[in-house]
Parts: sequence; C-alpha cells; structure tokens
Amino acid sequence: MNARIQHVELHAADDGLKPGDVMLNIENVSLSFGGVKAITDISFDIRKGEIRAIIGPNGAGKTSMLNVINGFYHPQQGTITFRGQARSRMQPHEAALSGIARTFQNVALFKGMSTLDNIMSGRTLKMNTNFFWQMLHVGPARNEEIAHRLKVEEIIDFLEIQAIRKTPVGKLPYGLQKRVELGRALAMEPDLLLLDEPMAGMNLEEKEDMSRFILDVNSQMGTTIALIEHDMGVVMDISDRVVVLDYGRKIGDGTPGEVKANQDVIDAYLGVSH
Amino acid sequence: MFYRESGQYKTTYESDQAIFPIREDRIGIAIIMAMALITPFIASEFILASIMIPFLILALGTIGLNVLTGYAGQLSLGTGAFMGAGAYACYKLATIFPDINIVVLILLSGVFSAGVGILFGLPSLRIKGLYLAVTTLAAQFFLEWCFIRIPWLYNYNASGAIEVPERRGFGDLILTGPSATATTRYYVVLAIVVVVTLVVKNLVRGRIGRQWMMIRDMDIAAELMGVRPLWAKLSAFAVSSYLAGVAGAMFVFFYLGAAEPSSFGISLSFQVLFMAILGGLGSLVGSFFGAAFIWILPIALRVGLPAVGVDVGAEIIFQIAQMAVGALIIFFLIAEPHGLARLWAIGKEKLRVWPFPYA
Repeated sequence: MNARIQHVELHAADDGLKPGDVMLNIENVSLSFGGVKAITDISFDIRKGEIRAIIGPNGAGKTSMLNVINGFYHPQQGTITFRGQARSRMQPHEAALSGIARTFQNVALFKGMSTLDNIMSGRTLKMNTNFFWQMLHVGPARNEEIAHRLKVEEIIDFLEIQAIRKTPVGKLPYGLQKRVELGRALAMEPDLLLLDEPMAGMNLEEKEDMSRFILDVNSQMGTTIALIEHDMGVVMDISDRVVVLDYGRKIGDGTPGEVKANQDVIDAYLGVSH
Repeated sequence: MFYRESGQYKTTYESDQAIFPIREDRIGIAIIMAMALITPFIASEFILASIMIPFLILALGTIGLNVLTGYAGQLSLGTGAFMGAGAYACYKLATIFPDINIVVLILLSGVFSAGVGILFGLPSLRIKGLYLAVTTLAAQFFLEWCFIRIPWLYNYNASGAIEVPERRGFGDLILTGPSATATTRYYVVLAIVVVVTLVVKNLVRGRIGRQWMMIRDMDIAAELMGVRPLWAKLSAFAVSSYLAGVAGAMFVFFYLGAAEPSSFGISLSFQVLFMAILGGLGSLVGSFFGAAFIWILPIALRVGLPAVGVDVGAEIIFQIAQMAVGALIIFFLIAEPHGLARLWAIGKEKLRVWPFPYA
C-alpha cells in the first residue's frame, strides 16, 4: 500500500431506521440524588438523522440527561427506549457497545497519550485480536492496528488535525483538544453522538469550525447528534429541534423558531417581571 | 546533525508504527545490543555477576511495576512480594520437575505470581490511589508471612531459606547453581529480559496497552469508549505480577543463589518503585535507566571514590555513596519529575533541531 490512503467510509451502522424515525425515546424520566431532584418527569425523543439541541440555564439538568442516556446515571423512574428496545440499568460500556458516543463539558481526553492514540482509543470496541497476537504484534494484531489506523487517519483528515497527530494532547490548546475529543468520539462510528457543550470557551473562528464539523458529521456520516450548548446563535442555526429544560423540567420542545417564541422559554432565560 | 528525522519518509503505516521508526534509533539499539553481547568478553566476573545480571533482572522487575503503575495508573507497594511469589513458585517447580529446562520453569513461575497479583488486584476495582497502595502493602506482608510460615514452600529446609539447585540445559550447560559461570547466567538473563521487554512493548503499543493508559488518564471516558475497568485493571495486575514473578525467579536463580523471605521484603518493593519513578513512569526505556541509576550508581561510587583518591574506609564510603544517591534522586526529581526517560526524550528533541533552539 502506498502513501495514498485508500478511501474508507465512516458512517453510522445501518439499524433499519429511516431518517425521521424515533431513535431514542425518553419517557417520564426522573432522577434524584438523595433529596435533590436533578430531572423531573422529562419526556422527549431523538429522531434518526437529526441534530437535537438540549438547552437550558445552568443547573437545568442537561448534563444529567446525557449521563442518563449513556448509562452513568440510572433514573429512578421512567423508561428509555433506544432503537425500539427499552433498556434497563445500562453500564457505560454497554451504551458504547450499542452505538452511543459522547464528548465531555470539560475536555476528558487521555492526557498522557498522543492525538493519534487518543483517537485510536475510540476504536477499542472494534478491535478484537486476542492477547497472544497482541503480545507478538504480528499477523492479525498488526493488520488490525493498521486497518484501524486507516480509519483514524480518515478522521484526522476530516478534522484537519494532521499536524498534531503525534503531539501529546496535554500540550494542545483548548480548541484543538475539543476537536481531538470530537475525533475520538467519531472513531467509535456512533449512531448517536452526544456533545456536551462542544463550543464552550471557543473563539468565533473555532466555533465556526466546530459548527461545520458537526453539520458535516451529521450530513456525511449520517450520525444522529444530541448537543448541549449555551451559544444560542449556534443552537438556533444548526439544530433541527430544540428541547429546553429548566430546574429539571421540560419547558419547551420544538423547532428553533417555535422554541424562540415560547413564552416559558423566554421567561426562563430572561426572568419574569414581578 | 547526527540525529535527524527529516528526510526519512514513511510510506506505510506499518513503518510509521514500528518500535524504532527513526533510523538513528535503530542504529543506536543495534550498538547497544552488540555491546550487551560482547560484555562477557571484556568485563570482569565482578561486573557481570554483581552489576549486569542484577541490573537486567531489576530492570525487568521495574518494567513489571511500570506496567501497573506507569501504564495502568494503579499504585503498588507489593512488587517485592510478587517477585518472591515467582521465586518460590520457581523453586517448587524446579523441585517437582527437575528434568524440565529451568528457563521454561522461570517463565512458567510468572504464571503463579500473576495469579497472586490478580487476587490482590481485586480491591483496585473499588479503591484508588494511596488506598490501593495500602492494600498492595497487605499483599507484601501476607506473602512474606507465607514465605516464613509455610515450610512446604522451602521444602522444609532447616534454615528456612531456598537454595538454588544445579540445573543443566541447552546441551549440558550448567545454568543455575553454585558452579554456573557468570557468563552463562548473564546470557540467559539477557535473552529473557530482551524477549520479555519486546513482548511488553508490543502489549503497550497495541489495544491492551491503550486500554491501560485510558484507565490511567481518565477512567470515566475510558468506560465510555467501551473499556471494562474490571478487565483492564486485572489484566494490568496479571501482566505486572507475571513480570515481577519472572524477575523474582531470575533474581534467586541467576543472582542470589539462595534466598530468605527477607530477600523479598518491603525494601525491595521500595527499591523497584524508586527505579520506576526515577526512570520515568510509563516508559520502558526509563525502567532500564532507573534500574541502572539505583543499582549501578552506588556501586560505581563505592568503587570509584577510592580510585580518585578519596580513601576513608569502606564503611564511610558506603554511607557517602548512599547519601549521594539520595541527594541525586531528589535533584533529578526536582529537575524533571517525569524521570530520566523524559530527560532522554527532551535530549532527543533538542538533537533533532540542533543547532537551532527550536524547529
């Protein structure tokens, strides 16, 4: 194989759902920590192929919602149906196995590893040569490593981070770290990608880049995206539907236009005159 | 100038992912290997038996600890005991199967210490950091107790020690026992250490090593990428204590010749931990640096000080050497907390852009 990288398609798995079908359905979910209610009786759905924004003031329960979706928290009440299957207590690695990937609000990269290794780590679940081949690092183990490297290079090209391939991620500026984290999640080739404040702390150009990547991931790879974001301009521009939370309750749901016109949402963000 | 990466283009990922992708590194490692091979011809018996053999064995033990602490991020103070488990397992195996090649038995004895390691690694699923270190300390004391209190382990010897029996292999070469030559023992140790180091390198650069590092750097994100903490942590404990076990077995069979339970005490655990920290956690080459620093430097000082005219008696020389090593450890850790391996990496980076300060 020569320097030319053969083209590898990265895309979400075919799960029989058509764009627009409900992929993840959340029904009457409640979550509390002791006496503190983080989420109260929230229902909404995420449809295949859409960009779904979850917004709300600080402490509204947005991140808790993501944590429920990928199995870090187990809600006391309610059901979550992913691709038609209601799930019981799910562990994070099982969520990963079923095709849910995510990024974190505070970058959660593997600081001691290079950009390349970080993104390779997203391929963990797709690698399966056994311990003995791994010890020898020949035959299947080496071929597997190279095959996945090809996919990872696709992502590196897509995110335009070729120059920092071998740089330890701890040395990278914040904006690039966010980008590497997106790459790591993309390496899992998820069906559902959860982004927790992908634009936080970025300047305008970085936000524009990130928006472009999110839109491209959505349209080219067919990945369904749920994102939490505080930059309303970005949210209104790129998302198909928006759900608004406040104090753990849902106060609005619909297209960006509908949500913008919703009086409860305006009150939550701007306050109510007394 | 003489360490230049530029111009060495890689056209396959295979060559990019090689252990030594840079030509100068390959030349360097070839020279080091050649020197290691000719050492017995130019070095004295003392250098072979008292410096090189224990240095290589302890380097392997340090690699073992590095897998656990440096790569998987689980602090352990039980390395000495795991080395002991390997040594006693090898002693029993050599007693039960006198006809099997001792090298096979040494590699096999690591399996027993790996089992012990998994057992004492179980708390790591719940406990982290210093608290985990304390549970491994329990392993240290428990195993030491076993070495003293279970006479079966030392074949009911009146002295309570294990004495290495004479074993032959590879034709009729005497491999172990009092009449085995230092040269033979050195070559066997060198071969085992090189091969095992290569295997560990393969592990840490592949999927399994990445899983360990994922758990070390951010366990929550690791779980989300599909790593099962149970598997990742216990496999790190298993590999780590396997390596410690092999090192321990070699320590007795090729270096000490006879061992008591106190040979595998807490001081050995700390010695290996110092080697790992000073050499650089999460680095295989650092394990060799650390082992060399802690093992060879005191001997070099003890031999070297009288040679340059400082002659104040053996006892004082010994203490001066101890103090100097202690001071140097503190100095190096202040200068570079990530150990000698990081200094080495920085040096290579500087050479790469030399004579310019940065690229």
